[in-house]
Amino acid sequence: MKRFVYINDDSYQDLYCDNHISNTKYTLLNFLPKNLWEQFSRFMNQYFLLIACLQLWSLITPVNPASTWGPLIFIFAVSATKEAWDDYNRYVSDRQANCKAVWVVKNGVRRNIQAQEIRVGNIVWLRENEEVPCDLVVIGTSDPQGICYVETTALDGETDLKTRVVPLSCVGLDSEQLCKIKGVIECPNPDKDIRRFDANMRLFPPFIDNDTCPLSINNTLLQSCYLRNTEWACGVAVYTGNETKLGMSRGIPEPKLTAVDAMIDKLTGAIFLFQISIVIVLGFAGNIWKDTESRKQWYVAYADEDPWYEFIIIPLRFELLCSIMIPISIKVSLDFVKSLYAKFIDWDEEMFDQETNTPSHAANTAISEDLGQVEYILTDKTGTLTENKMIFRKCCINGTYYGSESGDALKDTQLLNAVTGNESPVIRFLLIMTLCNTVIPVQSKTGDITYKSQSQDEDALVNAAACLHMVLVSKNGSTVGIIYNGQRMLYEVLDILEFTSDRKRMSVVVKDCQTGSILLLTKGADESVFPCSYRGQQIRVYVDAVEQYAQLGLRTLCLAWRELREDEYSKWSKLFKEANSSLIDREWKVADVCQRLEHDLEILGVTAIEDRLQSGVPETIEMLRRSGINFWMLTGDKQSTAIQIALLCNFISSEPKGQLLHINGNTEDEVGRSLERVLLTMKITSSEPKDLAFVVDGWALEIILTHYKEAFTELAVVSRTAICCRVTPSQKAQLVQLLKSCDYRTLAIGDGGNDVRMIQQADIGVGISGREGLQAARAADYSIGKFRFLKRLILVHGRYSYNRTAFLSQYSFYKSLMICFIQILFSFLSGIAGTSLFNSVSLMAYNVFYTSIPVLTSVLDKDLSEKTVMQNPQILIYCQAGRLLNPSTFAGWFGRSLYHALVVFLITIHAYANEKSEMEELSMVALSGAIWLQAFVVTLEFNSFTFVQVLAIWGNFFAFYAINFIISSIPSAGMYTIMFRLSRDPAYWITMFLITGVGMGPILALKYFRYTYHPSAINMLQKAERSRGPIYSLANLESQLRPVEKDVAQFVSNTPKMRNPVYEPLLSDSPSGTRRSSLPSAFDIFQSAQSRLSLSHARNIKDN
Amino acid sequence: MEVEEATTSTTGGGDTTDRAFSTAHSGALYRFKQQNLPAWRPALTPGSVITIFLVMGFFFIPMGLVCLHASESVVEIAYRYDVDCVPESYKNDKVAYIKDSSVSKNCTRRIRVDKYMKAPIFVYYELDNFYQNHRRYVKSRNDKQLLYGLKQQDIGSCDPVQTANGLPILPCGLIAWSLFNDSFNFARRTEPLKLNRKNISWQSDREHKFGKDVYPFNFQNGSLIGGGSLDPKVPLSEQEDLIVWMRTAALPKFRKLYGVIEVDLDANDVVSIHIANNYNTYSFGGRKRVILTTSKWLGAGKNSFLGLAYLVTGASSLLLSILFALIHVRNPRPHGHST
Repeated sequence: MKRFVYINDDSYQDLYCDNHISNTKYTLLNFLPKNLWEQFSRFMNQYFLLIACLQLWSLITPVNPASTWGPLIFIFAVSATKEAWDDYNRYVSDRQANCKAVWVVKNGVRRNIQAQEIRVGNIVWLRENEEVPCDLVVIGTSDPQGICYVETTALDGETDLKTRVVPLSCVGLDSEQLCKIKGVIECPNPDKDIRRFDANMRLFPPFIDNDTCPLSINNTLLQSCYLRNTEWACGVAVYTGNETKLGMSRGIPEPKLTAVDAMIDKLTGAIFLFQISIVIVLGFAGNIWKDTESRKQWYVAYADEDPWYEFIIIPLRFELLCSIMIPISIKVSLDFVKSLYAKFIDWDEEMFDQETNTPSHAANTAISEDLGQVEYILTDKTGTLTENKMIFRKCCINGTYYGSESGDALKDTQLLNAVTGNESPVIRFLLIMTLCNTVIPVQSKTGDITYKSQSQDEDALVNAAACLHMVLVSKNGSTVGIIYNGQRMLYEVLDILEFTSDRKRMSVVVKDCQTGSILLLTKGADESVFPCSYRGQQIRVYVDAVEQYAQLGLRTLCLAWRELREDEYSKWSKLFKEANSSLIDREWKVADVCQRLEHDLEILGVTAIEDRLQSGVPETIEMLRRSGINFWMLTGDKQSTAIQIALLCNFISSEPKGQLLHINGNTEDEVGRSLERVLLTMKITSSEPKDLAFVVDGWALEIILTHYKEAFTELAVVSRTAICCRVTPSQKAQLVQLLKSCDYRTLAIGDGGNDVRMIQQADIGVGISGREGLQAARAADYSIGKFRFLKRLILVHGRYSYNRTAFLSQYSFYKSLMICFIQILFSFLSGIAGTSLFNSVSLMAYNVFYTSIPVLTSVLDKDLSEKTVMQNPQILIYCQAGRLLNPSTFAGWFGRSLYHALVVFLITIHAYANEKSEMEELSMVALSGAIWLQAFVVTLEFNSFTFVQVLAIWGNFFAFYAINFIISSIPSAGMYTIMFRLSRDPAYWITMFLITGVGMGPILALKYFRYTYHPSAINMLQKAERSRGPIYSLANLESQLRPVEKDVAQFVSNTPKMRNPVYEPLLSDSPSGTRRSSLPSAFDIFQSAQSRLSLSHARNIKDN
Repeated sequence: MEVEEATTSTTGGGDTTDRAFSTAHSGALYRFKQQNLPAWRPALTPGSVITIFLVMGFFFIPMGLVCLHASESVVEIAYRYDVDCVPESYKNDKVAYIKDSSVSKNCTRRIRVDKYMKAPIFVYYELDNFYQNHRRYVKSRNDKQLLYGLKQQDIGSCDPVQTANGLPILPCGLIAWSLFNDSFNFARRTEPLKLNRKNISWQSDREHKFGKDVYPFNFQNGSLIGGGSLDPKVPLSEQEDLIVWMRTAALPKFRKLYGVIEVDLDANDVVSIHIANNYNTYSFGGRKRVILTTSKWLGAGKNSFLGLAYLVTGASSLLLSILFALIHVRNPRPHGHST
């Protein structure tokens, strides 16, 4: 599909939309229905709506419908308001963009109109530093060569200036002519690819007739870019409004679900099933009771003739009574604490990068818990582990090594002598360093020259060449000025054969303006340049040099050149133009044509660029590996460089401590055999305390991923470390996908555009806001300034978040279940008719207020100090294995809620028996008992108390009394005088103390017993921390952590993903199977749900 | 237990030097943002836990004794009359007896006072197996009607006792309709005991829940007669039996105040009770008792539950603390070491 844009022709303008940008999700009219529809697509909301609707039927509702409708409407209102506010902000920024004044040619005259009135085909005039309002094809600039510069930061995050050129057929037109220009641009339908624009332009007479001129992305000014260093530019609008490249790429990313959320959903499902079974059992019992007993009770006055729906009324009443089992507050609470976790990350000063002045940022506020459950980290190398600050260190020219001794070629006198001695291979070498790139020199007013470049390598090369007296001074269109030894030389760049990740090399064709000769200058990766050398050249020395440099962890580039004959070039040039103007498969065609020129090159030498490790990288990797996280390094670099860096940063250990296994081979068979061998070695040596790692390169990986996926998955499971070199972005994403399919929590960290897919694919994407632009950081869930912040992000923020959410979610269920159990117990004393013990106000306030607010302060709870966690990263295993939130821990909370409900209910009905058993009073006694217990449960479960927590817990406790005193003084309220009567009655207070004592005593005793005589590793560290004694030495804890782990493993054997850091293949695990026996029905649900889990888990692995 | 300040851990590689954050470097908000508020970190040390249980024991046991003493010093006489008051001829069909309006429902019984009872002596009637908390029953009332009378038109909540003969019933609803209508009179030997039937209901109910100028209307006029009837000339706020009855009980066994005897009763006094046994509990097997009891600070009527529960809890706490202490002595595990 194509679109034809008629330049400056009003009659065709209505074919496409105008430039009205709209990022808003809603309009004023559809906001309510659309927002409601969205909210109701979630199961929990559907459930609450159903309950709320049932409550409207007064025959069955035990409480005032307001007790559900109130919170429901509140929650909906909060969500809707948030959405509306976001949408309003989008609307405001849209309006700003839409109403901005722009100069557009109308009827041959330039006129000032609003940006939203731009139509496709209009000619838009821009001045320096103005934002581009829509996607334009540039047709004129202030520069006579037709060049302009744009900053594309908003589009791709890259901060360098990019050159944009006027298409050939428009070069040289003055502004008068530009206002009258007519023509047609043939371009593809709007898409979101910001790197491609395969189009053609044909101008109408009186301009150059019928000559199709190819257009590429280099001829475009895309929306949201800024015009820089150029006085003015004008262009034809080709895509407008929401159809621009930016508009098309704006998508709503798939929301990520954390493991904790998934677990909470599962528990909710289990609770729901439990609720349904309670309803069925009690409903049945209630109907039987009604028919046998209540019919005799004349005072209840059941009619003889029942309506047909009578049998369903009692079950429905119980459904409503039990509906609070799933707490309506949990979603709001979780949202609140999650956004606070994210804020803590944003605020954290220790993750503030002072070098670049960037704070850490959590773009995704919903997945902090997952950080604590990471099992695999897939990391990019360049810019992530290293600084991506390239420094030219060594080179090998014409077989001579420079910089080997001093470690810095720029200070090697031998090289300096060669430069001053005008040795021609050295000069050519420098020429390639200077010319074969896309660097733009910018001369400041003081005369200093700075370079703007997209690639750090090129920047390093140009700067190094400048040090060696070959200075790139200007680039005016295709003319490049160089000052060499004080002498100005001009070169005309004829063609640029661009770098792509497939070609792995770039070339330029330049014409030496002094001699008129045409040169092809090439630089690229060794394996892509060496095959292009002319037959007979001795490349042995360069292969050695590359090998040697890579051993030192340096990045190498090969430089080569060839002189072209005039006729050869002109022939090729035609093909190249053709390929460049093709609309389909342009990239492939161009690559093909390029290959026809890049042959018989003379290899001039090899450059070696150092990319230093970031500070703290080895320590960070060491620490995270000790915490049980496995590391995979995915890099585009070559194998030896990657291995070298891996050694430097503790990624792998050298012999004899570690062993590196290579998977290589060129054919399917070779790779397969190699893979099997490695797998076997891994399995045999897995018992030895040896760090095993495997290395695989992109080629072998491609074969493996297509043919040996199963074996590779097995390998991935047993191997703690892997290095994948020469991998493409899509392979990176595939590897993430592979690990995810084994049910591992993956974290991908990277800094460049090539990591974006991996970052988006992984459970957690972390971007390093580095030198390669912000692309990765934008796509990521978290962006940090330096790799070393990762340990704090995971060990501190991730771990605390997990712990806090685990507590908060289980507690939310616990308190709802408890009040629900009291209601159920009461129903046995009220003729199983579904009477609610509590009144509507109390129920609502209990759920959304009394018990929700104190527990929110768990966001400040710290079980261990940050320091202890950092010293003992092994403790992360508790989060990774999900030991704080799983069906078994939940069963504990479930049991506690049942116990507490029994305590509250039995003590209340006995203490308030006979003449005191007045409904309102008894209900208030039970509610107070529940509140007292809650205050103590929260106190007991918190590990550290800041004044905020103390205030929340006890402030809430007193607020309960204050609120009830207030309600008790309203004559029309059902609770009128109740609280006053109770507080005057000593029996009330005595009852409260009794409930607290009986409720909390056993729990305290149990907790103490476990803490002291059956401690988990966390408890041990807590003890060590609090006694201020010597903190455990690592070895000490290590030896203790293991046996404890085993105990815990038995205890929580129904964690679906139980894994020790010593990785046994997961196929063998299904410890839960043995535990299914005489458990009551409530637990059965968890058991079966969980065994399903482990089943599906096992299946997962088999599938792969 | 100890108080410990959370300390900042410098983990960022030692570069956490001064930096111009917009907020101040100290202050609660800053420390909150850095998750670094001073915190109290209690530990479950053996000493603290043993102390807690010890203190619990020493608080609960004396409290239990006090409570037990209070309930023990209450003198209570409970007399079940629902079976005794049925004439021999009706013993096999009590329902027929209660439904037969020609049979006299009066009966007189004598009870002996065991111990000296100091005035005021509260008279309760106790119903057992009577579900005043049944959902259908407890909802069947209209508080606005009780306060505003016939002005309150919408009495839908009173279903199924809303209207009779096409007119609204006041007070409507099952609760009022099933008003308890047994009556009691007491005499010591031959001299009648004065029974004070005023102020037996909650003052707040008389003043704010039941209207002063609301009179019963069309009450017990329907085809089905429930319980007692009301004097249409007395306003609801003075119909104290109704007010007491309308305070529904939360449990199937409950006592409601009938009146107060304001003279002391001596030991071995014989009190004769004249009962009008009108209320039908026979059809559903409910039991009726009449209670004479003195009152203590813990409440009227004997209820030793709190005392016993306190004793048991206190004893268990003491036991636990001794147990923990023993375990700790025999198996000391200083902090930071476990085998």
